[in-house]
Amino acid sequence: MLRYALKRLISLLISLAVASVVIFAVIEVAPGDPASFMLGVNAQEDTLAALRAELGLDGSKMQRYLNWVGGMLVGDFGTSYTYRTPVSQMIADRLWVSLPLALYALTLSTVIAFPAGIYAAARRGKPGDLVVMGSTQLGIAVPNFWFAMMLVLIFAINLRWFNAGGFVGWSNGMWAGLHSLTLPAIALALPQAAILARVMRSALLDILGEDFMRTARAKGLSRRQALWRHGVRNALIPVLTIIGLQFSFLLAGSIIIEQVFYLPGLGRLVFQAISARDLIVVESVVMLLVFAVITVNFLVDLAYAAVDPRLRSRT
Amino acid sequence: MTLLRIKNLSLSIHGAPILKHVDLSIDHGQIVAVTGESGSGKSMTALAVMQLLPNGAEVDGSIQLDGAGLLTRSEAQMCALRGASIGMVFQEPMTALNPVKTVGDQVMETILIHKAMPPAQARTRAQEVLARVGLPADRFPLSRYPHELSGGQRQRVVIAMAIALRPKLLIADEPTTALDVTTQAQILDLLEGLVREYDMGLLMITHDLAVVADMADQIIVMRHGEVVENGATNDLLHNMQHPYTRMLFEASDHQVTLPEPPEPLPLLEVNQVVREYRLPRTGMFVRPRHHRAVEGVSFTLNRGERLGLVGESGCGKSTLTRAILGLEEVQSGQIRLDGQPVFTGHKPNLAVRRKMQVVFQDPFGSFNPRHRVARLITEPFHLLDTPPTGSDRQDRIAEMLKAVGLSPDDAGKYIHEFSGGQRQRIAIARALIIRPELILFDEAVSALDVSVRAQILDLLAELCEAYDLTYLFISHDLSVVRTVTDRVLVMQSGRIVEQGATDQVFTTPNHPYTQTLIAAAPRLPEFGKIPA
Repeated sequence: MLRYALKRLISLLISLAVASVVIFAVIEVAPGDPASFMLGVNAQEDTLAALRAELGLDGSKMQRYLNWVGGMLVGDFGTSYTYRTPVSQMIADRLWVSLPLALYALTLSTVIAFPAGIYAAARRGKPGDLVVMGSTQLGIAVPNFWFAMMLVLIFAINLRWFNAGGFVGWSNGMWAGLHSLTLPAIALALPQAAILARVMRSALLDILGEDFMRTARAKGLSRRQALWRHGVRNALIPVLTIIGLQFSFLLAGSIIIEQVFYLPGLGRLVFQAISARDLIVVESVVMLLVFAVITVNFLVDLAYAAVDPRLRSRT
Repeated sequence: MTLLRIKNLSLSIHGAPILKHVDLSIDHGQIVAVTGESGSGKSMTALAVMQLLPNGAEVDGSIQLDGAGLLTRSEAQMCALRGASIGMVFQEPMTALNPVKTVGDQVMETILIHKAMPPAQARTRAQEVLARVGLPADRFPLSRYPHELSGGQRQRVVIAMAIALRPKLLIADEPTTALDVTTQAQILDLLEGLVREYDMGLLMITHDLAVVADMADQIIVMRHGEVVENGATNDLLHNMQHPYTRMLFEASDHQVTLPEPPEPLPLLEVNQVVREYRLPRTGMFVRPRHHRAVEGVSFTLNRGERLGLVGESGCGKSTLTRAILGLEEVQSGQIRLDGQPVFTGHKPNLAVRRKMQVVFQDPFGSFNPRHRVARLITEPFHLLDTPPTGSDRQDRIAEMLKAVGLSPDDAGKYIHEFSGGQRQRIAIARALIIRPELILFDEAVSALDVSVRAQILDLLAELCEAYDLTYLFISHDLSVVRTVTDRVLVMQSGRIVEQGATDQVFTTPNHPYTQTLIAAAPRLPEFGKIPA
């Protein structure tokens, strides 16, 4: 098990190194000089040079890459071209919204999807299954911003249980923070839960057809006991894969929901940075997301091994 | 008192009749074998006793265990009975165990689910039964996972689960069909011993009469959901009434006559072949060790000769097959076909590849379900520089389908429209269509019913007559190898331990391993032979 974890860890580090090179290279070839963009077309040549030096845009490519990576390792992501503030601070502020939101949404989605998927699989072809399958179809088809607007309409405007948007900050206590993230988390979670429930159902149905389920029944387990004791854990492998993918998506892909609820999250930061050609922010956020995705995959790999003993012994 | 009595049992699934008026009874300590081909309803009879029938099943008649009816019981009452009073062992040991739970947990589950004992005691009992089935705790701790065990060992675990609570009745559905001959003999021995020791009734389901001929007290022959013959083993085998029983009996030990092989002229030369696999590293700085699957194998296969290769699973016969086909490179030694190497540099030699074809074991998995038969059997044409086209191609397809006993019209059908035996015919047509110099049959009849197997063997003999086939027939089934080969190689742990003319090796085996194999192979008693 330890060796398996170590191997996955090494592959994680290699992936990160490769990703940093690729991101740096792509940003390098992107057209547009941030310095001239910031100073406008009429800027003096020596002013431009001074600004470039200040932004760390002079020097060889290799040197700049090493500076960038070296800085990140000690938490220094550089200075934003447009805001002139440390990028690490900007990202940290946004991460305090985006990360809890993603975790919140993922938890909701899992809490909804697991029972729904298991329930549907246990009642395959019966009315309960049809209802679950119908609603998940709907959940996948309807875009999450529509859910978001409906939630605002019902729970914020009519019932006044929640604010229609904005984030109160964690300084007002954890509950206040979670409360203001609830509607966006639900809007994000519903389509994800629909997908996850379907994956859970089909994975379980595959398992239910396995020989060992019949063996379990022959031992005297009831249908329900066999499902819970032998089915669910075996069905977790494909489900974990999807959960890993969903987390990455929730972290970076919630820009529309952030827009609808006016949340200061990572998605909006990237969007603004791209429009302002604030490449150092883009670079850093992308690298951070890559780091998050790779780390999540690493955790999913560890979870696989925890679920399936066959992976533990295969090194 | 009779332990199990099935009376007038009829079963239909979604309206389609599966069983018709089946009668059967088993006493304590008695072994009753139910035999017949696939689709004869023998497994459904077993599942009806367990009340584990598929959805849409309707049952009529009566099943009594110790005088109490089973069909009227509720599902909860059946759950209390399954595993406690009736145990069941299934065919496929590789998939019958949950891969993510330890074998100890799975054996203990039988005990705990019936709340028969507290956990600590259940643990001791699990150790006892595992030891009884031949998996003592010092070598096979309860913490083992199924993937760490071989097929035979897994089947022992399945048996341990079934007998953990000493059921009165044990049902075994083809328990040894997926196993090697020697393992099969051990498992049959174990089952027989358990029946005597616990005074259990055993309902044994098998398609091969030879497996149960010297073990069952009573044999029941089924066809199309009906019992066609039923009697004490000796009486039944001495005096077979129904033609179907005689057909099964004959098919179980089917003999074919091959044409005389031509003068020896080497076609395939295998010389000192070694195939190694790298094992996982045991430590960061330890050099990985290697497992030699094939260790210095040499033999020659002459043109027109039918050569057999027998051995148990893991002996290296499949590895050798892959090496001959040029699918994998060997570490040392040479394989030459017609004087040309199968591997040139690190690439398979295409000039040699087109002279060889292979027929695999699984008639269900070895075809693309989305292609029509015409496309499936013409696949080897891609090996040719100028594959036939147009009417030439159509003629070749028609000829091949006719040669394997199918109709040229079958070319437009999809593979799911064919039975297992027909699929194996199509696989043979696919191998034959480019007229290869050499065909490899890799367990090509092992997945088939005895009667279908007999037909395929007949077909092979006919094709030998018509096309002068040269083949290497790889199988763990000795009775088959005996009849369709001229010469045989016996393989054990990567080495060829004995080779010689088939008849001679089978009648006077020299190597102790060959002797073990032959002794373990199930045989029908001689007296039952039908006079020619």
